[in-house]
Amino acid sequence: MRIQLNGEDRDVAATTILALVEELGLDVRKVAVERNLEIVPKSLHADTPVTEGDRIEVVQFVGGG
Amino acid sequence: MTSSPDTWTVAGRTFSSRLIVGTGKYASYEQNAAAAEAAGAEIVTVAVRRVNLTDPNQPMLVDHVKPDRFTFLPNTAGCFTGEDAVRTLRLAREAGGWDLVKLEVLSDTAHLYPDMLETLRALDLLTKDGFQVMVYCTDDVVMAKRLEDAGAAAVMPAAAPIGSGLGIQNRVNIGLIVEQAKVPVLVDAGVGTPSDATLAMELGCDAVLMNTAIAGARDPILMAGAMKHAVMAGRQGYLAGRMPRRMYASASSPLSGLI
Repeated sequence: MRIQLNGEDRDVAATTILALVEELGLDVRKVAVERNLEIVPKSLHADTPVTEGDRIEVVQFVGGG
Repeated sequence: MTSSPDTWTVAGRTFSSRLIVGTGKYASYEQNAAAAEAAGAEIVTVAVRRVNLTDPNQPMLVDHVKPDRFTFLPNTAGCFTGEDAVRTLRLAREAGGWDLVKLEVLSDTAHLYPDMLETLRALDLLTKDGFQVMVYCTDDVVMAKRLEDAGAAAVMPAAAPIGSGLGIQNRVNIGLIVEQAKVPVLVDAGVGTPSDATLAMELGCDAVLMNTAIAGARDPILMAGAMKHAVMAGRQGYLAGRMPRRMYASASSPLSGLI
């Protein structure tokens, strides 16, 4: 399935946000996910589908001033 | 007589340290964590960015500068509109649950001064969304009041352009903002040396926020300690009340009884 992930086109196998975060090798506790401009709370990761053409952002805290 | 501890409170949270440090521009997250400790900081600013999908195992800030040790103050650095800022901070809130945030809406990358009209609009959006907003602003006394009236949890005027290290360019303005404010005032941006930080505190600021002054020093950890002491010195000087300025000399030794 083709989605736009952090601004880049990407083929993924995951069909839920939780599976996507795991597929990417990320620690779910350390990232935040936005799907089509809506925040996906961690409690809903397992129930939120990933569908063709979704625009998904996965962010983390980095150093900043 | 008992003396109460000298603390300051923003959005209902009370802190002892009056030095907030950034987490950008360090050689490593290890050095960053050591500097934050040396600074005695209780609050650190952090940014929100896309994860690196090509290398998910690269070091992460939260593994070194830990959110159970420091209060994270997520910023909106790089945002140029109110909508960008709201989107960024909603992600920050989801990442860690923080509602105390630093708003900065920039205008021009050459000087990084905030766009105050857009900042005021973003403040309104964020306040309605439940955030407690500490606002990076110009050292404009009238705008600082507008921000406070619009619900800012703190006003944070720039001393000089971000990362410039030029120190306080307009101490009159900073002093006037302090005098009128009923919320905490922090100098945010432009501090270069410990004496700059001391001056900010002598002017009555509640705290100072800095990043490059520490991260850009030859020895950031030594500088972090220097800044800690500088902020404390300025604060105590402010509380002690400076001597009056005089036009002429006033001898410290008695003029009578000379041999």
